[in-house]
Amino acid sequence: MIHLPECGVETFSSWGRDPLESGWAIENFWAHWGLFGVGILVFVLTIVMGFIWFERRFIAPMQLRIGPNRTGPFGLLQPVADAVKVMLKEDIVPAAADKVVHFLAPILIFVPVVLMFAVIPVQKGVGLIPDLNVGVLFLVAVGSIETIAVFMAGWGSNNKYSVLAAMRSVAQMVSYEMPMAFAVLAVILVSGSLSVQQIVVEQSIPFALLLPLSFIFYFICALAELQRTPFDLLEAESEIIAGYHTEYSGMKFAMFYLAEYGGAIAQSAIITTLFLSGWKGPFLWPGLWFIIKVFAVFGVIVWMRAAWPRVRIDQLMGFAWKYMLPLSLINLFVVAIETIFWDPVQWWLVPVNIAIAVGLLSGWAGMFKLRGGAQVESQG
Amino acid sequence: MQTELITINMGPHHPSTHGVFRMRVTLDGEIVREVEPMFGYLHRGLEKLAEGRTYTQIIPFTDRLDYVSSMAQNFGYCLAVEKLAGIQVPERAEYIRVIVCEMQRIVNHLIAVGFLINDLGALQTPLQYMWREREKLVDLFEMLCGQRFTYNYMRIGGVSQDLPPEFLPALRKFLDDFPGYYAEFEELLKGNEIIVSRTVGTGILPRQQAINASASGPVLRASGVDWDLRRDDPYSIYDRFKFDVPVGTRGDNWDRYRVRMEEMMQSYRIIKQAIEEIPEGPIRAKVPNLLRPPKGDVYAHIEAPKGELGFYLVSDGSIAPYRWHVRAPAFINLTALRDMVIGGKIADLIVTFGSIDICLAEVDR
Repeated sequence: MIHLPECGVETFSSWGRDPLESGWAIENFWAHWGLFGVGILVFVLTIVMGFIWFERRFIAPMQLRIGPNRTGPFGLLQPVADAVKVMLKEDIVPAAADKVVHFLAPILIFVPVVLMFAVIPVQKGVGLIPDLNVGVLFLVAVGSIETIAVFMAGWGSNNKYSVLAAMRSVAQMVSYEMPMAFAVLAVILVSGSLSVQQIVVEQSIPFALLLPLSFIFYFICALAELQRTPFDLLEAESEIIAGYHTEYSGMKFAMFYLAEYGGAIAQSAIITTLFLSGWKGPFLWPGLWFIIKVFAVFGVIVWMRAAWPRVRIDQLMGFAWKYMLPLSLINLFVVAIETIFWDPVQWWLVPVNIAIAVGLLSGWAGMFKLRGGAQVESQG
Repeated sequence: MQTELITINMGPHHPSTHGVFRMRVTLDGEIVREVEPMFGYLHRGLEKLAEGRTYTQIIPFTDRLDYVSSMAQNFGYCLAVEKLAGIQVPERAEYIRVIVCEMQRIVNHLIAVGFLINDLGALQTPLQYMWREREKLVDLFEMLCGQRFTYNYMRIGGVSQDLPPEFLPALRKFLDDFPGYYAEFEELLKGNEIIVSRTVGTGILPRQQAINASASGPVLRASGVDWDLRRDDPYSIYDRFKFDVPVGTRGDNWDRYRVRMEEMMQSYRIIKQAIEEIPEGPIRAKVPNLLRPPKGDVYAHIEAPKGELGFYLVSDGSIAPYRWHVRAPAFINLTALRDMVIGGKIADLIVTFGSIDICLAEVDR
C-alpha cells in the first residue's frame, strides 16, 4: 500500500516529464518552466489582490461596516490603489539598522511563498511540478524558511519591538512545525505517496473527513505559521506595534504584506489539496473548484480573525507542546494501525475517526488548563 | 547563559496606550520586571485655567476632563458648586441628571469593554458592536443638547434645556432593544475560551492593595470591595432607585470586565425606574448669572463611570473659584498599575492597562 518514492538519478529527470505526460502542458521542457514560472507569479499576485479585497469585504459586514466600495465596482480596485500608494512611499531604513539583513529580509520572506506553489496542482497535471515525488516534504521544508526571514527582519531593524517579535516568531514557528509535520505524516500514511498530486488522486473521501484530527491540527498550525488570529503574536498591534515589520516602509513593507497574503493562499491551497480533495468536485471545471475551495478556507481564516482575540505567548507554546504534540502523536499511531489492518479509504472509517477525534480532543482538554496563574508562575 | 533586560518606552506613541501615556517597561524576555508610568503629555493646566473663569464658564472644562463620560463630569462639578452655594435643584432636573448620567455610564462601559477586547487582540469586531450601541445613546444626547461629545449640558442649579418631547419615547425604544443587544455581547464574549484564559488570573489587584491605593469604581469593586457612592453615600436622588452593586472576587481582569458588563445592566434598571417616575416642573433653580458663593471650601463626589470623581472647590467669595481641584478616578486607579503587572507577561500588561479604563485627558488634566 505504501509506495516508497523512487529515489536516485531518475528523480531529476522525472521533474519535467510527468506534467508533459499528463497531456496538458507544452511539449518543450523550457517552455513548460517558463510558462508555469510566469504563470505562478501572475496567479499569486492576482489571488493576493483577490484575497486582500475578499478579506476586507468579507470582514466588513461582520464588523458592521461596508468595507471598501469607492474604487471600482464593489471596491475591486482597492488593492490596486493600495499597491500604487505603497510603491510611491519613501523607503526609510533606520540609521542603526543592519543594512544588508534589513534589505534581504523582505526578499527572503516572499521567495518561499512563491516556491511553495511549484508543487501544488491546480488540477491534474497543471502546475510547475505537481507530481514531484517529494512534494509534501518540499512544502514543509520551504515553508519553514519563512522563520529565518522573519527573524532577519526583526533583528536587522534594530528595534526592540521587532526583536521581541523575532523571538516570538522563532518560538512559535518552530513549535508549530512539529504537530504540522505529524498531521501531514498521517495524510502520507493513508495516501501512500509524497507526491501532492497523487495525494489528491487518492482522496475518494476528502481527508478532512477521514482524518479529522489531522485536518484540525494542520489548520491550527497553518494559522500559527501564517501569524493569523488567534496566533498573530508576531504582529500583535496592541502589544508590539507591527512586530517585525515595524521599521519597514514603502515597497519593502509591501513585500511583507504580499508574503503574508501569499502565505495565506499557499496554506489555503495546501489545506485544499491535502485535506479537501483538491480540484475534485462535481459539475464545475476542476480549476474553478480548486479556487473556490481555496477561498472557502481563507474565508474561515478571516472569520476567525473577525471573531477571536489573541492568545498569550506562554499559552501559545503550552498549546503546541502540551496539547497538540501528544495528540498528534496519538493520532499518527491510530492512523498507522488503521493503515496496517484496513484499506484506510473506507466510508465506515469516517464516523469512527470523527468519534476518536472528538473523544481525544475533549478528553485531553479536560486535563489541559491554560487559564490564569501566569503571573504567579513567572515570579517563582 | 547570559541574558540582559530590555527597557522599552511604550508610548507616548503606541497603539494601545489610550492616549499619550508612556510606560517605561523593563522586560526579561516576555516578562515584565519593572514599569514606570509617566504622565503629563496631555497636561493642559485646566485646574489653573479654571481659577480665572466664572463658575458657569468652568462647566465646559469638565467636559474635557473625561471626554468619554462628560455628563458625569458636568454632574459632579455642578453638585460641588450647588453644595457650596446651597442651591436647591428642582425635582425634574434631578431626574434628568440621573437619566443622562446612567446613559453616560453605559456609554463609558461599552467603550471600556470594547477597547479592552481590542487590546486582547480581537481586531475591532466586539468594539464595533459596542460602538453601535454607543452611537444610539450619543444620538439621544444629540437630541438632548445638540452635541454628540463634550455636551456642556448641565448648569449650576439644573440643566440647560428640558427634555425634547421625542426624547423619552426614543429612550424607551432604546431601553426595549438594549437587553437583546446586551445578550449578544454576552454571547460573543463571555464564553470565549481565549478571553477567559487571557483575563482570568491576570493583572490581579488584591483587596487590601486596592483599598490602600485608594482605587475606586469598577476597579475597586472587582477586587471585592462592596463600595458604590450611589448607594453608600447617596447624592442627588439615587436613594430612590433600586439597583445592585456588582462585586468581583479575585480582582483580576476578568472581574473588572464582568463588573463593567453587570453595571451596564444596573444602569439600565435605574434609567427604567427614573423615566417612570420623572415629574413635570422647572428644570433649573434661580441662580444669578455671576454666582458668588460664600467663602469656604467644599468637596463633593459622585460615582462616575470610572470611579469616585471628586471636586474640591475653595471660594474666596468672588465670581471665580480660588482653587479648583479634581480628584480624577482614572489617575488614582492608574497608580495601582505597577503592582498589577509586575511578573506578568507583556501581553498582560496591555490588557491590565486597558482594564483599568483610563481616559488620559482626565489623568493629566
